[in-house]
Amino acid sequence: MHKGQRTQLGQDREVVEKVHRPTLELGITGGPHSQRDGEDRGRDPLWWKKRLRLSEFLAEKLVMLVAFVSFALIVLIFVFVFRETVPLLLSSSEAKVGLHPPEEQETYGDVAPLVTERHQTPKSESKGASMDVSGEGSADIKNLSGPMWQPVSSLPKYGLFPLITGSIKVTVVAMVIAAPIGVLAALFTASFAPRWAKEFLKPAIEVLAGFPSVVIGFFALVVLASFLQSVFGFQYRLNAFVGGLALSLAVIPIIYTISEDALSAVPKVLTEASLALGATRWQTALLVVLPAATPGVFAAILIGIGRAFGETMIVLMATGNAAILSISPLDPVRTMSATIGAEMAEVVFGETHYSVLFLIGLILFIFTFALNGIAELFIRQRLLKRFKGN
Amino acid sequence: MIGRKFLDFTVTTVSASSALFIILIVLVLIGDILLNGWSTLSWEFITESPMQGMTEGGIFPAIFGTFLLVVIMSFVGVPIGTVTAIYLSEYAGQKSIFARAIRFAVNTLAGVPAIVFGLFGLGFFVQFVGGGVDQVVSGGAELRWGQPNILWSSLTMALLTLPVVIISVEESIKTVPRELREASLALGATKWTTIRKIVLPNSITGILTGAILAVSRGAGEVAPILFTGAAYFLPKLPDSLSDQFMELGYHIFIMSTQSTDVEATIGIQYATTLVLLALTFSLNFSAIFLRYKVRTRSAH
Amino acid sequence: MDNANYKIRTRDLRFFYGEKEALKGITIDVKPNQVTALIGPSGCGKSTFLRSLNRMNDLVEGAVVRGTVLVDHIDIYGPEVDVVALRKKVGMIFQKSNPFPKSVYDNVAYGPRVNGIRERKVLDEIVETSLKQAALWDEVRDDLSRSGLALSGGQQQRLCIARALAVGPEVLLMDEPASALDPSATAKIEELMYVLKENYTIVIVTHNMQQAARVSDVTAFFYIGELIEMDETRKMFTNPSVKQTEDYITGRFG
Ligand SMILES: Nc1ncnc2c1ncn2[C@@H]1O[C@H](COP(=O)(O)OP(=O)(O)O)[C@@H](O)[C@H]1O
Ligand SMILES: [Mg+2]
Repeated sequence: MHKGQRTQLGQDREVVEKVHRPTLELGITGGPHSQRDGEDRGRDPLWWKKRLRLSEFLAEKLVMLVAFVSFALIVLIFVFVFRETVPLLLSSSEAKVGLHPPEEQETYGDVAPLVTERHQTPKSESKGASMDVSGEGSADIKNLSGPMWQPVSSLPKYGLFPLITGSIKVTVVAMVIAAPIGVLAALFTASFAPRWAKEFLKPAIEVLAGFPSVVIGFFALVVLASFLQSVFGFQYRLNAFVGGLALSLAVIPIIYTISEDALSAVPKVLTEASLALGATRWQTALLVVLPAATPGVFAAILIGIGRAFGETMIVLMATGNAAILSISPLDPVRTMSATIGAEMAEVVFGETHYSVLFLIGLILFIFTFALNGIAELFIRQRLLKRFKGN
Repeated sequence: MIGRKFLDFTVTTVSASSALFIILIVLVLIGDILLNGWSTLSWEFITESPMQGMTEGGIFPAIFGTFLLVVIMSFVGVPIGTVTAIYLSEYAGQKSIFARAIRFAVNTLAGVPAIVFGLFGLGFFVQFVGGGVDQVVSGGAELRWGQPNILWSSLTMALLTLPVVIISVEESIKTVPRELREASLALGATKWTTIRKIVLPNSITGILTGAILAVSRGAGEVAPILFTGAAYFLPKLPDSLSDQFMELGYHIFIMSTQSTDVEATIGIQYATTLVLLALTFSLNFSAIFLRYKVRTRSAH
Repeated sequence: MDNANYKIRTRDLRFFYGEKEALKGITIDVKPNQVTALIGPSGCGKSTFLRSLNRMNDLVEGAVVRGTVLVDHIDIYGPEVDVVALRKKVGMIFQKSNPFPKSVYDNVAYGPRVNGIRERKVLDEIVETSLKQAALWDEVRDDLSRSGLALSGGQQQRLCIARALAVGPEVLLMDEPASALDPSATAKIEELMYVLKENYTIVIVTHNMQQAARVSDVTAFFYIGELIEMDETRKMFTNPSVKQTEDYITGRFG
């Protein structure tokens, strides 16, 4: 008579009632026999009735609320960093309306005497009289893409170009040092190191990872820079190379940890098969293990780049902070993160300089966000592969 | 055959020396700071205030400020992180989109540069929240909360360390055997009771680990507080949450880059670095120890 | 039949782990104060069935239940049913003993405590009677504060039984409670069941044919998610009416 297929509310009730009512008439026997409160509960015909447990209900809601708050805060980071750059975007679109004549555009590029520039501003102002800040060098696209970063001058220049190339330069130096060292050390640990060597290396990595970046920056500033200058005779004590080298110390643990994780996840079967075919340990490591762990190693490098690009204290202390355009790694540089770190404390809230610094932060944020997103895809792919391999 | 042997030798040497380089650099870093910092370090250095324009005296205000920073940070970040981890592991289903969004956010948050957190702290806590409070309290006439202070620094740092707490606590909650949860539920305990009486007590080491790692990270990170509350020099200790504060890492940065005579204070700089390093390392080591204990338990 | 007084009745109970159908329409009646044994080859759905009687399977993500389970004539999958109350009434002993990493006392007192009993005297009494009922009292009475994990395997399982009894259940579900124990510890558990059935309704999953024959009044034979035969144990083991049952009981497969 009961045809299964419940799960619909109506039917549920029906079943409960059909069977519940007759029992009440019969009275429940065979109830509990435990001597204590069980007896009372057994007599309670409504023992099954759902009751409201306030603390349970509140706890669940609270847990969800807190989870939501932490999620919201994370989203808010983007919102609020973006928010402060909005005035900038608005003003730059305004600036586009009153576009400067092309021949004047070039004067921004030159290291022209201030007089020429002052000369030029009234002209452009004549078109957009509402822009009262444009005389102080508003941050339009042209200015932002300029080659000069001189935010504190009578005619501020907000050219991000030297800062971006500065960040790239330092990151490249850091990665050129950190990537091979980190990956090779990981390879060493994963497929060759004897036990005792691992017991030195792993704690050393943990210790290195635990160094506050300000301490590494301090070491670079006080010891490393002078040492390198005395050995190689650098013209500038603090330069992109010193900064990048110091930065690599912060990046090595990251690259090492993630690639070691990927390398040691390579199935034993693969290595054993390779060794059984007569390959040496190192052929196996280089030709079998490393290729199999490529996505993970690649992710490690991407995350390392993200860390190097966004790191502030080390570069702020060790690169010399001169916003100049040059290719040589032996010149001082000023990175994006260091610019924020050095200048944000001095700017006036809400003015153009302030907004430009937030814009730099936004670029950093988006860049590292993208890098991490891509890295995560790689790592997940590796995990998927691992699961499929089973 | 010779080529093969040569390759074998080369690869061995190169990768082993990479490993050796790492170990060496760690020894050099520690050795340098220890050797140079030790001579200036003294009881007075830890307990006294800077004197003579920070060329003499101790760093007590910076130690105190760091301490205050991590305490406030932990009081906010650890509970929020723990509860979020509870949500992720106990309440959210495997397919929950919200949970996946949180996981994604937490993972990316871990890769966001510390300086960006500083910007957020300035834009959100100082300007938006603090400025808003000032508006409400005094109609914006008095600037009290709408400027950098220790509270905003701590909250910024709490957010920075949130992923550390969430990941560590969740990892630890996962090691609580399913059988224990089932036993509790089968005894007629509710879900929340089970969490409170079984899950949390059994993952207390993970929560502690997360808290310690967060504190260590918070104590060592300077970028987020550069413009959300840290101060160069203060004649007195902060006595309100709306005061600015001195901090160890910031102190190192300032002393080594902004001081008029860097050479004269090199001893102070080294000793401050040593204090900061001792602080973060003792925290890290206890975290590693606790994690090790959790791992051996889950291996059973 | 309908008027008979059954403790648990299932009607066409189907259970799905996602796509996989683990129970294919089970209809069983369990009488009170009897031991009902569930036998069958491993993977045939015995545990799944047992766990759907106190809704422990609710914890499995993607699981779907169809059909009806009545406990004391209440459809326990009905929308108004309180799972917590159900689990107090229908206790469970797991295959792997799972004492909390707490003292013996706190293990047994856990259930009463979460149900709001605070007075030490009442708790003491419950702990003592439960441990006595589980035939563990004499072995642990001098040190109730030692860790539950410090007990031997058999003692741990009896501790879990005591812990379940302390809540005051009416039904005990046991999922291969002795499968990890040595013969003497198994014998103790079996003896215990014999005593407990006077006061409780017991459903036990067992792998061990002799055990089923020794302890149960009624036996149900499961095979790949289906109930093949259910009858009085004596009859099942001497004169089963289905060929498959006979094959299984005599060890020809499984
Ligand atoms: N959590 C689960 N998810 C998916 N399938 C499961 C799960 N638990 C059990 N099963 C499957 O359901 C079937 C019945 O399992 P189970 O009830 O544990 O059998 P028994 O206890 O009789 O050995 C088996 O095929 C098993 O693989
Ligand atoms: Mg089973």
